[in-house]
Parts: sequence; structure tokens; C-alpha cells
Amino acid sequence: MATAPKTLPDYQEERIGSQIAADEKIVSARPHALADKVFNFCPGCTHGIVHRLVAEAIDELGIEGKTVGISPVGCSVMNYDFFNCDMIEASHGRAPAVATAVKRVHPENVVFAYQGDGDLASIGTAETVHAATRGEHITVIFINNAIYGMTGGQMAPTSLPNQVTQTSPYGRDVTKVGFPIRMSEMLATLDGPAYIERVACDSTAHIRQAKKAIKKAFENQVNGVGYSFVEVVATCPTNWGMTPQAAFDWLRENMLPYYPLGVYKDVSAEGYSNAYEAAAERAKDCPIAQKKEG
Amino acid sequence: MADQQISAASEDRVLMKGNEVLAEAAMRAGCRFFFGYPITPQTELAAYMAKKLPKIGGTFLQAESEIAAINMVYGAGAAGARAMTSSSSPGVSLKGEGISYMAGADVPGVIINVERGGPGLGGIQPSQSDYFQATRAMGHGDFFMPVLAPSTVQEMADLIYLAFDLADEYRTPAMILADGMIGQMMEPVTLPPARDPKDLPKKPWATTGTHMEREHNVINSLFLTPQKLEDTNRERFERYKKIEATQQRQELFMCDDADIVLVAFGAASRIARTAVRAARNKGIKAGLLRPITLWPFPTKAIDGIVEGGAKAFMSVELNMGQMVQDVELATRGRVPVSFYGRTGGVLPTPEEILEQIELRASELGINPAKAGE
Amino acid sequence: MARIIVDDVHCKGCGLCVAACPKGVLALDSERITPKGYHPAKLVDPDGCIGCSSCYMTCPDVAITVVR
Repeated sequence: MATAPKTLPDYQEERIGSQIAADEKIVSARPHALADKVFNFCPGCTHGIVHRLVAEAIDELGIEGKTVGISPVGCSVMNYDFFNCDMIEASHGRAPAVATAVKRVHPENVVFAYQGDGDLASIGTAETVHAATRGEHITVIFINNAIYGMTGGQMAPTSLPNQVTQTSPYGRDVTKVGFPIRMSEMLATLDGPAYIERVACDSTAHIRQAKKAIKKAFENQVNGVGYSFVEVVATCPTNWGMTPQAAFDWLRENMLPYYPLGVYKDVSAEGYSNAYEAAAERAKDCPIAQKKEG
Repeated sequence: MADQQISAASEDRVLMKGNEVLAEAAMRAGCRFFFGYPITPQTELAAYMAKKLPKIGGTFLQAESEIAAINMVYGAGAAGARAMTSSSSPGVSLKGEGISYMAGADVPGVIINVERGGPGLGGIQPSQSDYFQATRAMGHGDFFMPVLAPSTVQEMADLIYLAFDLADEYRTPAMILADGMIGQMMEPVTLPPARDPKDLPKKPWATTGTHMEREHNVINSLFLTPQKLEDTNRERFERYKKIEATQQRQELFMCDDADIVLVAFGAASRIARTAVRAARNKGIKAGLLRPITLWPFPTKAIDGIVEGGAKAFMSVELNMGQMVQDVELATRGRVPVSFYGRTGGVLPTPEEILEQIELRASELGINPAKAGE
Repeated sequence: MARIIVDDVHCKGCGLCVAACPKGVLALDSERITPKGYHPAKLVDPDGCIGCSSCYMTCPDVAITVVR
């Protein structure tokens, strides 16, 4: 597959471009959809990797000018500064509702919500589930790192059983506080979504797969396939209390067995052109659910 | 579409229910996006929107909650559209979060509260018990928003039209504070002219996509640098000052020579007006100040009445005494202020209010003038 | 012949690129300090870089440009 030659974003022309010889070609560079803002994430935080993947998808699909992103509340709260597209900061958990309205006002825009686990799977569960079941034509990027990072490491809806956090100091006791939510599996039971995949960002192989998934989630929106959701199993070295590299190991050892990677729903792979066709097939024995002709 | 109908009602002079007029006039103001959640007593409004909006290229969306609905208004407003939501007291409490974010991010939008009694689930009969909430504490943080109180079905039309204009002009949420009585009432109304959303003033700050032609727009209420947040708040309060200076609205009824001036809005003002007439028939010089804007409160009108020699104010409300505090603030101790209210959906009769006027007159030593004086 | 250029403005010296490099030719540069106060990554064996972009992919601060 031929890809356009890579170029540097304007702001790197001087400090990086000046170091590149005339006969050298750029293999990999910062995507243009990212602004020249230093991420406010801790060193080694994988939010940054996912930001790059989102920006690369925007670059590769050539949609920066029509993309509107919705920022969450949490560590990525200020990502409205990191992307060059138009951005809206939502209140905690409400990004899917905000995205819904933006997409309804400007159907030709590409609208994405970027949310963490507390935002998406706790305070915003209702907004998440209902945007999904309405089959909103939006793209949702979900960072699951099993902890509240911004507020200093409290138990998240996705914290693992026995995981020690600031608010589960003796480990998450499932007999008292219940179990983590597997959002991808839960949302995949709904008719509204077109595409749901869980990926991880702990290795180059997984990051490659994450990139494919995120790009597809944006492509689906451009092509009118429907609501697309990518859960990225990620790390929080600071609040997990380990080095970035050890956090990758912990993710592989503990998170991946609980949150298996893979595609949980993909209507296009099933041969449908969008989520509505797939839902109609599933409800084919229900007369009222069949779309009337004319 | 050039030939697309931009109004749902074909006639301009109609007999309509208050709640439906709110919906129709909102569409005529160029609103094409309604997000709501079912609650009594404003259901006709949402039903009307559900029926008519899709016919004129608009979007009606029943949200999963009041919280989602107001955040959809936030999103649609951020994207540059005229958008609204409507609810009643308990539902409006849930909208507080979103309204605060709209205020903080300078996103216009219209919120309708067809009030019912509270606190808690309260009742479903007319009430004005959300006055404090609407004018003081609609959400966390330092902010106000225009609050308009219709007292007739005609004003339902006029004020929602105005609410959209104020919201856009000052980049603020704006509220219509109505009550179940005006909402359910049918009256003849002249509907405002229908405006095509395309002809409304442009919003260069809206998140519509950069089209690679400008820097990115950000809609945001987070300012971690204290000085930046203070500056932002100060700028907003400059706008509030302008609103207070230019947007106070009220109706004065028989206030010119009045000794006792009743202050009442919405449904209560209709009853108070009848009581004022009855008092005048008995020779008591009563008058009525009817605030149309609850925020900004019509302080200038109160100043005028005080300077005109009024001897007392009486706030008449469908609650336990909320607006009376604004009347006291505006009179600044220059004349005595009293309160009479019924609550829980109980409406006072004109006779009941007349009795209060007479009682107050005798307390203050105001003797009824002889008829014809 | 491939190599990397690290943008000191963005690099936070987390070391993930060092661990991700299949050739083991990256290290944190203890001689240098970025404007933010970190030791940035650098290519220690210029002949060993194969331009695979593993470092670029793993870098959480998108601080690496890979050229060939």
C-alpha cells in the first residue's frame, strides 16, 4: 500500500527539520493533527500513545478540518490543547451526549469522544450506553487503565479484583464493592454499535493493532457504518506505583486475562453495510421491528 | 432546501396552549434542536416538538436523562446551533451541572422550567418555588443567566423568542421560568415571524470544524491558572453588567400613585392584578409591579416606584418567600416590604390577596380614599 | 542507514523507547537535560538502527522522528 511521504509539522521544521540531511527521508514523524503542546501526562503514560494514534488516523483520513473532538474529565481533560481540530471540553462522563448533539448539528463532521474509565464506565455509564444503543454516528476512544489517575489513584469501575488503590487500600474486595465492568462485552450486546474492539498499547505489535482499530473506528464514521468504540487497555505507571516498563508487564499479566483483546462486534465483517441492517436481521422475527416500505 | 418550511404552524394568530406556544415560538426563533426527558407538567411542549421539528428539518431527541439532555444542548450550542431543553423542577435540578458548564464555556442555549411544587418530588401543580434556583444557584460557580417569566400565553411566545436572542448576544444560557398554569392555559396568541436558522448571526467561535482555514476553536470551562480563571470570570461579569443595565423588563400596573405596590410574576401576577383592581374599587391605592426579567431583577423600576412615593411593597408568590428577598434588596430599606404566598400548588384567590392588601393598609395607617377621590 | 531525532521539547525520558528497541541501540542521555529537566533518549549505536520505528510507536510523547 502506497503511503504519502511523511512530513514534519510546521512547528518542527526548525528544531527537527534542520537536523535532517537532504538525502534523508522521514520514516515516522509527529502527526500534523497534534499541536506543539507537551502532553501534561506523567512520563511513560500511555495516553500519549493513544493520542498519537488518534492524530494519525485523522491525518491519514485527511479529516482534520472537519473533525470535532470531545475531551473528558480526567488525565486527558486538557487534550483540547493537544489536537489541532476543533475541541469541546465536556463535563465528567457526558462526552457521548455532547458528541451526539455535535454530530446531529453537523452530520458532515467527524465527531469523536476520548474518555477514561471513570468518565466512561462510572459517572458516564448512562450516556455511554445510550449513545451506543442509539447508534450515534460517533467514534468513542476508551482508555481503560483500571484507575482514576487525575485524582490520585482511586478505585475505578475497571479496577481488577484485589487491586490496591487509594480507595481500596486492602485490595478491591468484590464481595463488598462488586466486580469490574467489561465495557466492550457489555456494549456488544446492544444493537446500536457497528464496531467494538478492545486493543492494548503495551507492545509494538499491540500498538499496531490499536492503530488499525482506531483508524477503522474513524473510517466507519466517514463511511456511515455507525457507532464505533475502541477500548484501549492502558497503563498508569504513577498510580500503579511502578516504572512504565513494569506497568507494561503488569498490564500483560493481570489486565489482559481479565480484559481479553479482540473484536466484540463488527457489522461490516459480518457482511452488513451498517448497524441498522445487522439489527434488523437480529430482530427479523419481530414484525413491528421491521422497517416498513415506503 | 430553499422551499423548506421554516415554521410548523401555518397561521400567525392562533388559539394555543402555553406549552405548545413555547415550542412553536422556539422553532420560529430558529431553534432546530430539542433535547428533553419526559416530566409533568411540560409534556405538551416535547410532544409538539417531536411532531413538528422533523417536518422542518430539525432534530427532536428524547435523551436518557435530564443530564444527558442539557449536555446535548451544550454540544449543539457549542456547534453553533440554537438548541433548547425543557423540564420541570426536579428535572431542572439535574440540569444544573450542564447549565453551569454552559455558563462557564459561554455556550448559548435555552432552558425551560415549567415549575411544579417542591422540594423533592413535590407535586405537579403550579408553583414558583424554583425562583432561588433560577436566579441564584442554577449550578455551581459564579454565574447568572437571564431568567424570563411569562404571565400570558402571548408572553410564552415573545419571551422564548427573546431568550434565544439574549442567549446568542451575550453567549449565555437563558431560562424561561414558567409554571404549570400558564403552560396548560389556552389563549389567543400572535406568533412571532419565523426565522430561517441560516439567516441568524454567524458564530465564528463555534466548533464546526476548522476546514483548515483557521486555528482550532475550543469550547471549555477549565482554567487551571488562577489569574486566567479570574480574568475569564471578570469578563463574563462585564457582560452581566451590560445585561443588568439594558435588559431589565417589567410591567407596571397602576403604580403611578400607588401606596401599596404588589410584586408578582407569572401565574401569581394574574391573580394579583385582579386583587389590585378590587383594592382600587375599595379606595386603596394599590399597584402591581410584574417583573418579566427575574434576572436581571427590575431594580430600576423599583427605584422609580420608591421615588414616586410608594409606602410599601408586598411580594406575592407561589412559594414560601423567595423573590421577596430581591424586593428587599432593591428597596434597600427605604420602604417596608412584606410577603404573602401559597405553596404546594395551592393558588391564592384574588379575595385572599385583597384581604392581605387591606390588612397591610390598616397596619400602615393608609386610609382608603373616598370613591372618586 | 537509519537514525532517530529526539525532540527535546517533548521527550520526558521515560525510557519506553529504550526498552522497545529490538536492536538495543537506544539509551537515555545522562549528559543532557531537556528544558523540562529530563534526560532525553538518544541513539548510542548509529550503525545499529534499522529504522523499524518501534521507538516512535512506543513513545508516549511523540518525541521521536525516524529518518532513513
